[in-house]
Amino acid sequence: MRKIKELVIEKSLLTSALITIAITFGIISVLAIEAFRFFSEVSIFDFFTDTQWTPLFTDKHYGILPLLTGTLLTSFIAISVALPIGLSISIYLSEYAPKSFRRTIKPLLELLAAVPTVVYGFFALIVVTPFLQEIIPNLSGFNSLSAGIVMGIMIIPYVSSLSEDALHAVPGDLREASFGMGATRLQTAFKVVVPAASSGIIVSIILAISRAIGETMIVAIAAGQQPRLTLDPTVPIETITAFIVQVSLGDVQHGSIEYRTIFAAGITLFVFTFLLNTLSYRIRKKYQEKYE
Amino acid sequence: MNSIQKNRLKDQLFKVWGIVCTLIGLILLVIFIGDILVDGLQRIDWSFITSLPSRKAEKSGIYTALMGSIWILLLTTIIAFPVGVAAGVYLEEYGKNNRFSALLEINISNLAGVPSIIYGLLGLEVFVRIMNLGASVLAGSLTLSLLILPIIIVATRESIKAVPNSIRDASYALGASKWQTIWNQVLPASGGGILTGVILALSRAVGETAPLIVVGALAYVPFAPSNPLDEFSVLPIQIFNWISRPQAGFIENAAAAIIILLFITFIMNGIAVYFRNKWQKKWK
Amino acid sequence: MKKIVLIISLAIVAISCGEKKAEKSIDNNDTTFLEGTIKVDGSSTVFPITEAVAEEFRTVEPKVKVTIGVSGTGGGFKKFSRGETNISDASRPIKDKEIAACKENNINYIELEVAYDGLAVLVNPENDWVDNFTVEELNKIWEPAAQGVIMKWNQIRPEWPNEEIHLFGPGVASGTYDYFTEAIVGKSGSSRGDFTASEDDHVLVQGIAGDKYSLGFFGLAYYAENKDKLILIGVNNGEEVVKPTLETVSNGSYRPLSRPLFIYVNSTSVKSKEVVEFVNFYLDNAGELSKDVGYIPLPAENYAKQHENFKAFVESNK
Repeated sequence: MRKIKELVIEKSLLTSALITIAITFGIISVLAIEAFRFFSEVSIFDFFTDTQWTPLFTDKHYGILPLLTGTLLTSFIAISVALPIGLSISIYLSEYAPKSFRRTIKPLLELLAAVPTVVYGFFALIVVTPFLQEIIPNLSGFNSLSAGIVMGIMIIPYVSSLSEDALHAVPGDLREASFGMGATRLQTAFKVVVPAASSGIIVSIILAISRAIGETMIVAIAAGQQPRLTLDPTVPIETITAFIVQVSLGDVQHGSIEYRTIFAAGITLFVFTFLLNTLSYRIRKKYQEKYE
Repeated sequence: MNSIQKNRLKDQLFKVWGIVCTLIGLILLVIFIGDILVDGLQRIDWSFITSLPSRKAEKSGIYTALMGSIWILLLTTIIAFPVGVAAGVYLEEYGKNNRFSALLEINISNLAGVPSIIYGLLGLEVFVRIMNLGASVLAGSLTLSLLILPIIIVATRESIKAVPNSIRDASYALGASKWQTIWNQVLPASGGGILTGVILALSRAVGETAPLIVVGALAYVPFAPSNPLDEFSVLPIQIFNWISRPQAGFIENAAAAIIILLFITFIMNGIAVYFRNKWQKKWK
Repeated sequence: MKKIVLIISLAIVAISCGEKKAEKSIDNNDTTFLEGTIKVDGSSTVFPITEAVAEEFRTVEPKVKVTIGVSGTGGGFKKFSRGETNISDASRPIKDKEIAACKENNINYIELEVAYDGLAVLVNPENDWVDNFTVEELNKIWEPAAQGVIMKWNQIRPEWPNEEIHLFGPGVASGTYDYFTEAIVGKSGSSRGDFTASEDDHVLVQGIAGDKYSLGFFGLAYYAENKDKLILIGVNNGEEVVKPTLETVSNGSYRPLSRPLFIYVNSTSVKSKEVVEFVNFYLDNAGELSKDVGYIPLPAENYAKQHENFKAFVESNK
């Protein structure tokens, strides 16, 4: 009797775990099915090469490039902010700072990542853009620069926390050896510790990029709703995620080509983040026990 | 200056740079929050919390959004908490180290990195259309539950991993079965860690906007949900809607609503950290 | 830990009780209130009027729940033709395609005029070079052939700056978009696609207000709300330059961008008392409230006629 009860419990717990497989299966099928229907009407070649995205207008173009460049442009700006700052923080905390400082600062930095993104969007539009307009007179009200900078601030903890963990895991002997030869902390940090922890640092960067690419609210509020193929950070653009929000706010009939555009956009987004996440997982697993 | 002195100087300069960087993020956050407080604090009063949205900024309030957020929070907890903990328990206590478990692990790690808006698309197709739940609180909660499930599972696994095997062995030695051991020893011991993870996950859910927009939460809903199939709005969407309205009065409202949202978020994070510290001390 | 759970649960119970108490105190009056749900969706142009009406209606019938979506005129009609909404807001008359869709699903309806709108053409306050537009100029900027071609101000008039025009306008689901393209380009739904399109007029206001080289169009009410952030540009109607005001829209001199605003009511919905009450309330108050939000009221006789038409409609659908 007990054995049956144990078995039943084990199987119910298994079912819960299998739900996670169901979710992945669900995401992939939903995206794939609607995207497949989309591509039965729009050629894949056009999708990747057309330079205009005007699926809702008379002169329909279904090129994903404008949305893609919008996404990559804002993410690039975000990483340019988060990478140097995040890395410097991690090196400072790991190699210079006293233990007590590190203990209090780390949770505070993680607070940056806990703030809801709609709040960051508010800052970008209401505070950062007007401020930047003083410095750059022709800056549009909607632009990728403000959104990118604020996004960068948000993902600083992604870079700093994981990098710091990686640096911290490097054995002290390596540092001692370097100091023994007369190197400063700076030299030790950059010539010994960082290369040793490089895989962990790279993982943190990849995850930060993935997070930036998938971000929605900051760009939906502050970056604009105009799909255009440009690298100019001062003009309105539209990211993949903002497009999905724009269409969802209106009504698009289930089954129409317009409805399917959000899934075509969605699957592009999913493929990018999936590749990045898989890459970071592989690197993490591969280099994990290097110094055991 | 010889090279030794040069190196020492660079070392000191980097130290200063490091401190600056560390503080930059926090200082900016303080500036932002300060700005929000200045913009919105005076707007918060009892009528703001109990008023329905209105076309006039002074009369607009967050009542329906707040109720919607509370509904979402409760439903999401009811759905995600048991499923997440159960899955975590299975993976940690029953999972054999075979390819299947490894597959599950990779899968969960991937799900944690999927952008939240994709979960919105999934929820739209499955819960709103196929299961015909419409743009209801239930559909929204189910969507958010899927989103935070990986977080709860990982937190559960970490907490359970931290329970020393000596406790399990002692329990088996007394003749307890596997499940009795888990239910009576392992879970209570890891409870603090699990709770921390769940609260952090829920704190994330409260602040989510994009998936709920895709699922169809409206911005003009002048009543609180009375059953799980009602339409709804939540605090972040109300903020988003008010930000889009350029009149100064609505920006003030948005700031005030943000203060309330941040208050809820920080309280939840604070409670979670409190539990984490309490639980970690137990093992010292 | 248990204490915290207890406190939180008590708080939630307290808040929900607070809501019930508020409802109860209204009940203490002698009149019985109507109950029910009314679903409205459609034009973002008409939205401010419907929103105002719904808010005032709430003081009269507090138990009737009115939800209002802003999917755009086209989006609203799609839902309306599927029977998903009771009332559709529209800033243009229903199209043949949409009439057919309603017929397919056995949806009958009545069209009611509720106000006039003068479609406003707007620029940023720092724009000191535009004083008026002719219809031909607007056509040159917005027609499909302009996509990727007409990009700078000085391509319209050589004395204007050699800078990019940043265009803002409603999206394709919007009746305002349909109407503007019909009036300016000559074919409804026909325009260039490379501009910032949004069904949310507030986004357009912010876009134009934040960009020196911007140009856009939307319903007059959104200008009225944001006079300090935008400059209204007059349109040459063939004889003179006219700006949209109460007089010029009422007397028809603001051409071709004056238009009526509508609501469409589902025939099955009028079987419900609360819908009939709401629509009558709407027609009673649309004159006052449309002025309030920045639109132009119909002449009083028109509202009376709409009332009569609606009454007959209700009768025939009992």
